[in-house]
Amino acid sequence: MNDVKLPAMDYAGLAPMLIVFGVACAGILVEAFVPRRARHGVQLGLGLLGLVAALVAVAMVADRRLLTAAGAVAVDGPALFLQGTIIVLAAMSFLLIGERSLDNGGPFVAQAAITVGSELDQVQERREPGGTEVYPLAMFAIGGMLLFVSAGDLLTMFVALEVLSLPLYLLCALARRRRLLSQEAALKYFMLGAYASAFFLFGVALIYGFTVGTEGAGGVDFTTIHAAVGDSAASPVLLLAGLAMLSIGLLFKAAAAPFHVWTPDVYQGAPTPITAFMAACTKVAAFGALLRVLYVAFAGAAWDFTPVIGAVGVLTMLVGAVLAVTQTDIKRLLAYSSVANAGYLLVGVLAGSRDGLSSTMFYLVAYGFSVVAAFAVVTLVRDPDGEATHLSRWAGLGRRSPLFAAVFTFILLAFAGIPLTSGFTSKFAVFGAALDAGQTWLVIAGVVTSMILAFPYLRVVVMMWLSEPGESTPAVAVPGAFTAAALMIGVVATLALGVMPSPLLDLTSSAAEFVR
Amino acid sequence: MSDFPFLSVLTVAPLVGAVVVAFLPRSRPQLAKVVALGWSLAVLALSVVMWVAFEVRGDRLQFRESYPWIPDWGVRLTFAADGIALVMLMLIAVLVPLVILASWHEAESSKRSVPVYFALLLVLESTMIGVFAAADVFLFYVFFEVMLVPMYFLIGSYGGHQRQYAAVKFFLYSLVGGLFMLAAVIGLWVVGGKTFDWVALTNADIPTETARWLFLGFFVAFAIKAPFFPFHTWLPDAGGAAPAGAAALLVGVLDKVGTFGILRYCLPLFPEASRWFAPWALALAVIGIIYAALLAVGQNDLKRLVSYTSIAHFGFIGIGIFAFTTQGGTGAVLYMLNHGLATGLLFLVVGMFVARRRSALVSDFGGAGKLVPLLAGVLLFAALASLALPGTAPFVSEFLVLIGTFTVNKPVAVIATVGMILAAAYALWMVQRATQGKLNPALPAMESMRRDLTARERVVVAPLIALLIVLGFYPKPVTDVINPAVQATMQDVGTSDPAPTVGNVVEAAK
Repeated sequence: MNDVKLPAMDYAGLAPMLIVFGVACAGILVEAFVPRRARHGVQLGLGLLGLVAALVAVAMVADRRLLTAAGAVAVDGPALFLQGTIIVLAAMSFLLIGERSLDNGGPFVAQAAITVGSELDQVQERREPGGTEVYPLAMFAIGGMLLFVSAGDLLTMFVALEVLSLPLYLLCALARRRRLLSQEAALKYFMLGAYASAFFLFGVALIYGFTVGTEGAGGVDFTTIHAAVGDSAASPVLLLAGLAMLSIGLLFKAAAAPFHVWTPDVYQGAPTPITAFMAACTKVAAFGALLRVLYVAFAGAAWDFTPVIGAVGVLTMLVGAVLAVTQTDIKRLLAYSSVANAGYLLVGVLAGSRDGLSSTMFYLVAYGFSVVAAFAVVTLVRDPDGEATHLSRWAGLGRRSPLFAAVFTFILLAFAGIPLTSGFTSKFAVFGAALDAGQTWLVIAGVVTSMILAFPYLRVVVMMWLSEPGESTPAVAVPGAFTAAALMIGVVATLALGVMPSPLLDLTSSAAEFVR
Repeated sequence: MSDFPFLSVLTVAPLVGAVVVAFLPRSRPQLAKVVALGWSLAVLALSVVMWVAFEVRGDRLQFRESYPWIPDWGVRLTFAADGIALVMLMLIAVLVPLVILASWHEAESSKRSVPVYFALLLVLESTMIGVFAAADVFLFYVFFEVMLVPMYFLIGSYGGHQRQYAAVKFFLYSLVGGLFMLAAVIGLWVVGGKTFDWVALTNADIPTETARWLFLGFFVAFAIKAPFFPFHTWLPDAGGAAPAGAAALLVGVLDKVGTFGILRYCLPLFPEASRWFAPWALALAVIGIIYAALLAVGQNDLKRLVSYTSIAHFGFIGIGIFAFTTQGGTGAVLYMLNHGLATGLLFLVVGMFVARRRSALVSDFGGAGKLVPLLAGVLLFAALASLALPGTAPFVSEFLVLIGTFTVNKPVAVIATVGMILAAAYALWMVQRATQGKLNPALPAMESMRRDLTARERVVVAPLIALLIVLGFYPKPVTDVINPAVQATMQDVGTSDPAPTVGNVVEAAK
């Protein structure tokens, strides 16, 4: 009879996740016990404090490199760096979520269950304060993301995937205005997301089957898989099929083509702060997980997966760039741009080297800051019916509000990869890493699609500055303190990482080593 | 004095000036103009000091400064100038104050902020100086790309008819070239040992095949920028739509980045590839000379016409460079300077005509010389300089280019000479149709058309005319600066001049 031994837990290493999940649970209690009036302030304060505490916790264990909880959680450089990134970007999104001065009652619906278009609905749209359950929901999603990037085995990763996905599906449905669009987006996201999760789980099962067939003991932790992949005697069929299915699940979350079809609809329908949150944080989490799976577990199969995922990367860049050209809605345009950026990130991932890892992480940070700032501007351009997202409505914005047009122009130039912005340094980093690793064709595809992608960005700039303001050009709302803060952080970071990338580059390259 | 950080100060100073000008109150446009003018004159003064401090017999790269920037990638803020860059820097420093003075009333007609217009001009000056002063490939690329932004807004916000289309076309063409170059820059960085230092990279050992691809990446970017046939279609649109001052800078200086880039980066970094591609480059250049000249003959829009003449002139610069002789190279660099002066003058004068007539169409003028004789005279002089009349500076450079080419490649030189005849056709015909012949009855009715050169405009054109004449008779101060740099470049390429030697030609040109 064996003694059941409790696995050793490194509580300090787990602290960031424990704090975030704790705050999420506390948020539910706040919903239950705090009076309706005070909830918004309490939830927002609690959430931001929790995120700051989690960031401090990450910083405290910055040098820790170990596997804990019986190998279920890896506390290593990439995990901690990406956790820190998610927390910072999530805090910026929280500022947008908490903004209530732009729309009467905030960007969220008061009660999601009210029938769309009914009398009650019209009342809530005009004056009811938005529901505050978004805060604990977002907090759970953040917790899931933190676990996602530090999972040490595939089952933990799957649980984390679900923990981060389910709240996101709900959050997408909670827009105050254009609720049908929002609910449709949520349903679409949920249906496709469920498929993707199923693929992932099936992949886990196949990989388990593969490891059982090799010399070592079966298992789904990355150390076991790594050893099994190195075992030349094993049949590669299960391995390749399993890896393909795992990749589908992860690439879906990363919004890579051909698994990107949900992206434009969901980005457009979701409340803009949630779109910002997804574009920044979900992308970090998805690529964090993808990096870990490919670099830690399946490094031995790099020869097999590189051409396939390379093709996915090229397709992603191409689809994102080409379809962005035809968009007339700013949120959809940014969605396709986000697809194309997933392609550039894949270029970095496929470098397969330490430089590839560090440059991908650098790209994630740079893109996250810019994209949150971009969506912050989108929340500001509004008319009495809410945000004015159709591009024709942005004509002549530069005349009406030169400051915001200039800020948005700067962000767009960053997306287009003009030097002295983070968009350039991050592209340089991933392309450099890929070229160094011999992936010339990926870099060429990246450069060609960058040319295509510059056009839609430039079109928006032309709209804002060079077109005459029309009758319907909306005013830009004066941002509340929260949106202003998020916007400012994003823009300053975009500039700083473009002009002085060295500190972050040092950080990413020192963090760029996984533990096995 | 040579320890003074000339190049970084010259790069940063206009930028500071731009910030100052941009924040001047919109209600006081006069103040913004005066500050901008004063600032650019200060830059000019500093450039003159730098010219004097440059040692003709000194090192190839002088005024070298280097500061760490992104150590992780081996990027440094390295500035250094050889004779070629020095000449271009002087051209910028001379042209910008004149353009500011010539654009005195340009921005007022556009309903947009006047201080911002002058701030953009200063930003443009800063990036142009940076691109010529950079001695770090990464830094060069940064300036090369950032330079697009102020020019984009100058064309797009303050331009004339079809300005949006022209601005976007300009930006996209240049960006496409820039991205090709980015791929090549990264490739160079990888094969060159993770450094961007120009000197280190010229000594790097790059495999032949790779070098050819990298050459192509750089060359496409520069050929779009210059522009060479068949990448030229953006220039007539941009030149036609840009405000006259910006157009003078666009064609006079900005496009020279292309030919400068070929001389400074393509040739020394990839000598073997340069020789390998030279026939193709020569072919493009020769086609450009003839094709653009023919198109120029047929233009009715003055600004577009001048733009097409420039494409033809860039063809001459191209053959001068790819002839790989010292005469050809020196002629090409001298051509870059003289073309900047002559075409700059031509654009500014055309701008004066357009401002009076509110139209750039040749057919809207006719006999204008009877109303504004002085202005018409300046147009004639600018046109003659542009067709390389002996006695004006462009003659010297065109002659050097043709001699340098003739010694090594007779067919190219002969075909290019046909371009000179076409140049006479388009230039003289333009002058004739616009200022001679029967007076267009619509002209005297316009009050503005009866006003000849104002004092401000005289101050604008006088220095350029003087420079064109002086350098036409006595180019030695400039050729002395250019020659060593060109010789070094040709040594990098690994070609030697056939006899007779350079000295004789320069003597003859004197």
